[in-house]
Amino acid sequence: MFDAQPMSRPMVTTPERESSRPLVQVLHDWMVTVDHKRLGLMYFSYGILFLVIGGVEASIMRAQLAVANNHLVSPEVFNRLFTMHGTTMIFFAAMPIVFGFANYLVPLMIGARDMAFPRLNAWGFWMSALGGIILYFSFIGGFGLYGAGSAPDVGWFAYAPLTSPAFSVGHSTDYWIVGILVSGFGSIATALNVMTTILCLRCPGMKLNRMPLFVWMNTVMAALVLVAIGPLTAAQLMLLIDRYLGGHFFDTQAGGSAVIWMHFFWIFGHPEVYILVLPAFAIVSEVIPVFSRKPIFGYSIMVAATVSIGFISLGVWAHHMFTVGMTSYANAFFVASTAAIAVPTGIKIFNWVGTMWGGKIIYKVAMLFCVAFLCQFLIAGLTGIMLASAPFDWQLGNSYFVVAHFHYVILGGIVMAVFAGTYYWYPKVVGKMMNETLGKWHFWLFVIGFHLTFDFMHVPGLLGMPRRIYTYEASRGWEVWNLIVSIGVIFQAVGVLIWAANVIWSYYKGEIAGNDPWDAWTLEWHTTSPPPDYNYAEIPVIRSRRPLWDLKHPEDPDWKYE
Amino acid sequence: MPLSANLRGKVGMWCLIIAESAIFSIFVVAYLYYAGKSLSGPTPAQVLDVPYLTSICLFSSSLTILLAEKALHRGNVKRFGFFWFLTIALGVIFLIGTGREWYRLIYKDGLTISTNLFGTTFYSLVGLHAFHVTVGLIGLTIIWLLTLFGAVKQEHSERINVFAMYWHFVDAIWVVVLSVVYFITR
Amino acid sequence: MAICLGIFVVVFSLIVYAAVKYRKRPTDDNHEPPQIYGSNQVELAWTVIPILIVVVLFLAAARVIHAVEDAQFPANAIEVTAIGHQFWWEFQYPGYGFVTANELHVPVSDAAHPTPTHIILLSADTDHSFWVPQLAGKIDLIPNRRNEMWIDPHDVGHYVGQCAQYCGTQHAKMLLNVMVDSPEDFEKWTQQQKTPAVMSQQVVTGRKVFETNACMNCHTISGTTANGKFGPDLTHLMSRSTIASGAAPNTQQNLLLWVKEPDAIKPGCLMPAMQLDEQDTNAVVAYLMSLN
Repeated sequence: MFDAQPMSRPMVTTPERESSRPLVQVLHDWMVTVDHKRLGLMYFSYGILFLVIGGVEASIMRAQLAVANNHLVSPEVFNRLFTMHGTTMIFFAAMPIVFGFANYLVPLMIGARDMAFPRLNAWGFWMSALGGIILYFSFIGGFGLYGAGSAPDVGWFAYAPLTSPAFSVGHSTDYWIVGILVSGFGSIATALNVMTTILCLRCPGMKLNRMPLFVWMNTVMAALVLVAIGPLTAAQLMLLIDRYLGGHFFDTQAGGSAVIWMHFFWIFGHPEVYILVLPAFAIVSEVIPVFSRKPIFGYSIMVAATVSIGFISLGVWAHHMFTVGMTSYANAFFVASTAAIAVPTGIKIFNWVGTMWGGKIIYKVAMLFCVAFLCQFLIAGLTGIMLASAPFDWQLGNSYFVVAHFHYVILGGIVMAVFAGTYYWYPKVVGKMMNETLGKWHFWLFVIGFHLTFDFMHVPGLLGMPRRIYTYEASRGWEVWNLIVSIGVIFQAVGVLIWAANVIWSYYKGEIAGNDPWDAWTLEWHTTSPPPDYNYAEIPVIRSRRPLWDLKHPEDPDWKYE
Repeated sequence: MPLSANLRGKVGMWCLIIAESAIFSIFVVAYLYYAGKSLSGPTPAQVLDVPYLTSICLFSSSLTILLAEKALHRGNVKRFGFFWFLTIALGVIFLIGTGREWYRLIYKDGLTISTNLFGTTFYSLVGLHAFHVTVGLIGLTIIWLLTLFGAVKQEHSERINVFAMYWHFVDAIWVVVLSVVYFITR
Repeated sequence: MAICLGIFVVVFSLIVYAAVKYRKRPTDDNHEPPQIYGSNQVELAWTVIPILIVVVLFLAAARVIHAVEDAQFPANAIEVTAIGHQFWWEFQYPGYGFVTANELHVPVSDAAHPTPTHIILLSADTDHSFWVPQLAGKIDLIPNRRNEMWIDPHDVGHYVGQCAQYCGTQHAKMLLNVMVDSPEDFEKWTQQQKTPAVMSQQVVTGRKVFETNACMNCHTISGTTANGKFGPDLTHLMSRSTIASGAAPNTQQNLLLWVKEPDAIKPGCLMPAMQLDEQDTNAVVAYLMSLN
């Protein structure tokens, strides 16, 4: 197989040596790389960039909503902001971050040298990147420039017939469609790669039941991507056919159905949120054991729970449609399936607590974020159970209660797990430790801000505030809550800035990490920090779930107990 | 023990097949859902004839590609090239047949993608399949040209098998589309 | 909700307890704690208990779903057809033979002799959702689909709600004002709504302006030539306390502003600025203000 890299193949080196090469060459090497570690970092950085952009969009919206009858932005701008915020965060922030973690860590954790299809990996990244660029082009393209007509304003789930040519004039909706369509191909490519890598490239001795939980959860995530992105792609193709070829898929005037768009979208949309959350579970399942100094409690049950979450998640989608007027049987079915998914999810929370129980917990910043994750994910899950009950949802669906619920999952759960993951694996990726003091400032500011915003956000929902409104009357009694919610944003923003500063500062001034600063047990800690291009000089051969524990404790290895 | 690294082509192709099946399923669901719901215009019973000939050609092409695969596995590159070409020819006949059917539907029966729900769902589903056939034919042709230049050898047998999986998949989709469009809902 | 609160208290306490009690103390030696891999009994316990809780929640929800969705209506239920528009509400009372907009009147009901209101929900354009939190859950209005709901209010009063499914630029100002009236007030209101528009001689000029401009193409005023269906029915405009579906109070000043420049009150709404001169604007507003 020919080498895809040009002759001067750079080694991944410590920072000092990198800076002596000309910038153009460094950039070129990153552009043409097929190395999973570099692509992982590119995915991650891309995701963080859009996380910040999405955060700015959210901040403007919160500034507009902080007081009643505000005129900071027009309704047209506000509607574009919430559409872009949701679309950006899901497709161009969260998914790239998730793929970034998977790309970097999965081959290392299974003792492989790279992903199964390195070039496909690169293609997948660039497709995802292109999708984001296409979507954001809509902001700058005016009516003159290829008729971009400005950013889409149909909401991130783009319900029909608002997206039909009659109600969505110009090309803004098309940028939504094409941007996501293109990145969807990239996502399928990455999922295919992750799945094949895990199934085919594990090192000798690594049976499926000896893989780190991080790898298991990313396997289920990849499977969900393969099955769930297709429906979105199909629905978007249908929408394009409606918009440009005179099709009638969602054309209610021609007998078409607006509801069928909802079905197709949510058949994608619900598994999508599990695609985002399973990698968060994956991170937490690695960090908690190491900082509790115990193995994960109930490995097999965790695997079973993860797989069942994957399956059940394919059958709950219409809980996003309880208000659409489905029959009582349909509604009842989806209540049942949605409530059912709480069981394996709850089991996981119990298992994480069980891991901490009887341990000797070390509160490095990564662990702080994990504990916050547990508490917040618990609350998010419980508000989810409440919403799972259709009658409850009839009141609170499409209100700020739902907005609070899903942000609780995404910010309180996923983003906090991601932060935990950065503090945990930064030493491996960069070779330096992140600063713990800055980390603690980040943690507390972010947690305080998060709770100010999202705890109080439940209240306007309970008081009747629907979502996606650019303003509201003072007489509704929502103002003080909205103000508190908006203030919390400031704390979170400062927290994230501190984190970003920490990332940069530690790159230059952080303490040298060494191979295994946390005394951890999975394979990635067995190689240098950062790992060499080829990951492992010799492919490891393992005998248990914690190969490094076996190495460090030859008198009491894990394989005696498994 | 892990599946051997040799199997990554097949595993990868299965993943692609799963993802593509998800896309096709949604178009099939839309077709089934809208069956009988058009407000006007020609109905399937009025304008559709079962495409026996082209379907037989497409199904046979799965057989010819299998024969080609086996030939290459045994090292018989000439026989491989022969059956491979036959596969392409059968695929092309299928596409021409589809094209002729569409010509008749559009110009004689007045059914276009924008006529009614039947038109929209029919052309989308059959068209999506035809697109995948086209992509397959392009790949088949490239491989055939490489064979003519002597670049394809017995050692490439595994890779040919992986590509052939895609072609079998396209065929399997046609089984579903044929049944749903030309039999079940007509 | 109580169950969820209970679960929260239990699990949260466990998390906090574990987080605090099992901290590594500075005095600890460096031995690792006992490496426990799991426990089947514990796993079973915390699988079975949640399953039971889930079953209970499901049964409770299913019961309410059935009670709401499959309810049978008594013969004296009031029938209303609500049609969602961008960005206002059309209400038809087929039993009484009139059409109104934006403010819904229903009679109060009581447990002994229920007079619920049965609302059929349709849409003229895109998706909307009818949500008056104090009266009922929300149901969507979807084009080419007939949904229905019922409300059974036991207290007289004025209830506020708004559209709860994003429907375009002015989704935020598609408010709902529901008046639950006593039976006598409801009777009075329906009688008034059934009459054709007031034809006052003092505002003939204004009526002429209305009928000779594009106004009549979008709006209906029963008894005149205006029979447009695109905008709200204005026959009894002054019986409503707000205009533009709740966007502003129904005053002369707001009516003048609305006719001159709708975007000042509801930017992005579908009513165009009528480009009338000062005199015509005043006349037509005077006419509108006569429509009790």
